[in-house]
Formats: sequence, structure tokens, C-alpha cells
Amino acid sequence: MSEIVLERENGSEMILNLGPQHPSTHGVLRFIVHTDGEILRKAVPDVGYLHRSIEKIGERCTYQGFMPYTDRVDYLAAMFANEAWAMACEKLMGIPVPPRAQYLRAISCELNRIASHMIALGAMAMDIGAVTPFPYALREREAINDLIEELCGARLTYNYHRIGGVSFDFPKGWDTKVLRWLDTFEPTMDEFDRLITMNTIFVKRLAGVGVITKDEAIAYGLVGPNLRAAGLAWDLRKEDAYGVYGKLAFDVPIGTGKMGKLGDCWDRFNLRVDECRQSARILRQCFEQIGAWSENDLLGPLPKKMRPDGEAYARVESARGDMGCYVIGAGKDEPYRARFRTGSFNAMGIIEAKSAGLFIADLVALIASLDVVAPEIDR
Amino acid sequence: MMPVEIYDFARAKFGEAVRDLHADPKKDKDPWFVVDADMVVSIATWFRDESILAFDWLECLTGTDHPDKNVIAVTIHLWSYARRHRAVFKLLLPRDAPVMPTLSWIWPCANWQERECFDLLGVRFEGHPDLRRILLPDDWVGHPLRKDFREAAHYHGIPTTRPAPLDLLKIGLTKREPTA
Repeated sequence: MSEIVLERENGSEMILNLGPQHPSTHGVLRFIVHTDGEILRKAVPDVGYLHRSIEKIGERCTYQGFMPYTDRVDYLAAMFANEAWAMACEKLMGIPVPPRAQYLRAISCELNRIASHMIALGAMAMDIGAVTPFPYALREREAINDLIEELCGARLTYNYHRIGGVSFDFPKGWDTKVLRWLDTFEPTMDEFDRLITMNTIFVKRLAGVGVITKDEAIAYGLVGPNLRAAGLAWDLRKEDAYGVYGKLAFDVPIGTGKMGKLGDCWDRFNLRVDECRQSARILRQCFEQIGAWSENDLLGPLPKKMRPDGEAYARVESARGDMGCYVIGAGKDEPYRARFRTGSFNAMGIIEAKSAGLFIADLVALIASLDVVAPEIDR
Repeated sequence: MMPVEIYDFARAKFGEAVRDLHADPKKDKDPWFVVDADMVVSIATWFRDESILAFDWLECLTGTDHPDKNVIAVTIHLWSYARRHRAVFKLLLPRDAPVMPTLSWIWPCANWQERECFDLLGVRFEGHPDLRRILLPDDWVGHPLRKDFREAAHYHGIPTTRPAPLDLLKIGLTKREPTA
């Protein structure tokens, strides 16, 4: 699949395969690239290499039993798929979530958001040739993995959230550990800025590249950081204020076009750096508000048998933006239909439209800046 | 606007082409209604362009197979960033020939979601610019999200099932006769 195919039809047009095993394609993405020299005529994404029929599996599991599979929807930010599934089922069955569980959800999700953004930032820098920041980003992510492992026993596919709450409370002393880590993390982000975000070569490489305007972003259904970088302050944590986010103070960073144009690759990079800082702010507030350790406050009142009838659509602000989960129940133990609508899938759809006229090297920057993750596209 | 108001507003404009509001608070957490497949393009265009509705984002397009009713229901969730409201409607297509016009000219992000719906459920979107399989290989037979889908035993000579891994690990211990 990855060998080079040469074809000469329109004069100097050359058709090449980029991927599916190319390191800059973030897992197994494949692009069929039509080039004229270094300039792209178009790049057609070919996805599906990681399709695991998660939606079909959902029709064969019980409602609770599907939770571990939702981890695999997005393995870099598994908490959010957990949360989306839990929230859709809670909405369908009318299950309230106790406050402590909601705080634990917010804490676990924000930790996961930082971890996911660290991969996005490090990998993006590496894709365009700056290898040094990647270990710095991974070091922080490693610390988060250790923390989450203490919380729920897993480092990547957490299976932490439950319908109606979460599975475990945090161990004693864990909160001080997280706060101590945050004390080192925040200065690290300033260091990270000096190292790469404001680095002249890096800025020149990305400013004005791959500009996506607000209208384009909405029309192609971009969500989350990609949409905000285009200038629309839209964050479900603010708009829907689900869970405890209504009680927390944080800002929604948006793209500014400070270095080039509004909605360019640098804006998307810088926005994720800012979001990490906001997540740290949210974490600190959560630990202030969560209060003393109390038992039996992790799961809401669950129905004896989960056999709902009807349908519900819930969405959460994942690390890659608005993740929607649509569930239909038909009075059985298994859902009749489970559907995940993910941010990366839509983000891939815009690449073909934006690719014409780019340099091949800029295509790599565009893919990396959209932070697409293959399992989330293919599911 | 509330979903019921959106429904009444659309019904006043399009009459019987918009019908059957399902808004039982126990079941339908997001109230939905049914739209005629013949009229869906003009209704969708109006949904996008009418300034009171302003649905600028096709949030989710997906299908569900109902063999008992002999329909494939294509569910469309719309969201308006400008007005912050949602509309959910379904198209009930006959199961043996599910065809509806494409919405990708109205909302570009419908393009890929329609391809996914075609791939997994076999719904044909008339006028779609590039209606190919997206997640499955081009030569795949069948549409997996249909309820009666059965996976073939082999795909290009590769078996699609395998023995349970634990069976492969069973070690047969032969009893050794004591020497002497």
C-alpha cells in the first residue's frame, strides 16, 4: 500500500501515496496526493484502516458493558468518550449524577485533556521537524498517566466513568499529588512557550499556513480547538455548562491571528497551549470545591434493570472538540443503536477542500494542527 | 426556539411534508419529527437560510435499521450556533431501496457523514459528489449496521473468526512413566 505510484496524465501531475504508515500521518491515515512539483493539486484522504465497528459492538453489549469499548473510540482522550456515553445513557434513563462524581469527572477529564493536548503539541512540532519539544511534552503526559493510573488503574483506556457516576474515588493524598504536579506543570508551559511556541523559526513555519476561516470551520463542522482557533468562542463547557463546569471560572481562548492570519496553523497550536493553562486552572478549583472525603457519593440511583425505551443525544467538550453520542433504546438490555459523532471525522473532511495549492510540507502541518486521531475517525 | 415551536413553524410552511412530532418527555429526550424525502432539500435549505432558524451546522447524520417496520430511518441533528437551538428530524426510507437526495450542497460536512451512512447502512444519496465506501474496503459485501447483516466466513481468504486464544494455549501434559 505504501509504495510510490507514478502516473502521468495531466502533464506534470504526479500521484503519490502519503501513508498509511508514514510517521507524520498520526497513526494510519492515508492521503492520495496529486502534486505538481512541490505544490498540491489536491490531497484525498483515505480513512478506515482502524475501523473496528464500535457502533455495531454497541448494539451487542449491555449499556454498562459498552463502557470499556468507548475507551477505544479515542485512545488519547478516552475519558471523554466514557463521559459522552455515560451522559447519553443518563439523559435517556433520567439518572442524576451525585456532585462528588461530577467533580471527579471534571478532574479526570481535565487531566486527560492536558495529556491529549501534550501529544498534539509535541507531535505537531515533531511533524514539522522540531524533535526537541516532544520529550518535554511526553514527560508531562507521563506524569498524568501515573496520576490517572492511581485513580483508576489504567494508563490509556481508563473505563473510569460509569452510567450514573464514576467507578472509584481518588486514593487519600492523591489530590495533593496532583496539586504538587500542577505547581511544576504551569512553569513548564511557560518554558514550553519559550522553547517552541514563540520560537521565530517555528512561528515563521506556521503563521499564515492552512488558514481556515470561521465560515469554513462551521460549514465543514470543525469543532473544539479547531473551531475556536478560527475565531468563534464556542466551548460546550461554557455553553451547555454540563456537570460542574457552571461552577468553575475559566476562559475560553480563541484564535487571534497574532502571528499571521486568523485561523492559521500557529493559532491552532497556541490555542492548545492556552487550553492546557485553563485546564490547570479548572483542576485547582475542582480540588478546592470537592470538599472532604465522603463515601457512597459516587453513583446515582440506578434503575434495577437498564431497559430504556426512547432516544437521546448528548455531547461533551472532548480534547478534540464536541463529541456527540446518540443512543436509541428499544426496551432491551442492549441499546438498539449507539452512535458516536467525533471531531476528527469532520476535520478530515475539510482537508481535501483546503489542500489545493498547499506545499506538501504544509499539508503535514495542516494535518498535525487539526489534531486528528485515527481511531476517532474510523471508530 | 423550543423544538415544538420549530416543528409548528416548519409545519405552517410545508404542511404535510413535516409531520409526526414525537415529544414524549419520557422517551424522546430530543423531540423529533418526520420529514418527506421528496421535500427534504427545500426544507433543509429553508432551515439553513431562514433567519429565525439559522441552522448553520449539520451536527450529526446517521441511520438506523428497523426491519420490523421495513424502514431505514435517517436521523439528522441540526444545530444553530447563531440561535443556540437544535432540530432533530428523521426520514423514513423503504428498506429495500433507501434513497434520499444529498444534503452536501447545503452543509458541506454532510459529505463524509453521508458516505459513512451509505457505507454502513446502504442508504443511497442522490446527487452526492463522491458516494464511495469510506470506512470499509471498496469490495466489502453488505452493510454492517443493518440488523440482518451476517459477516462472511472469509475475506480474501482470511478467516473472519478464530479459535478462542485460551484454547490455543492449552498445553497437553503427557504422563511420564516413573523410571527404575
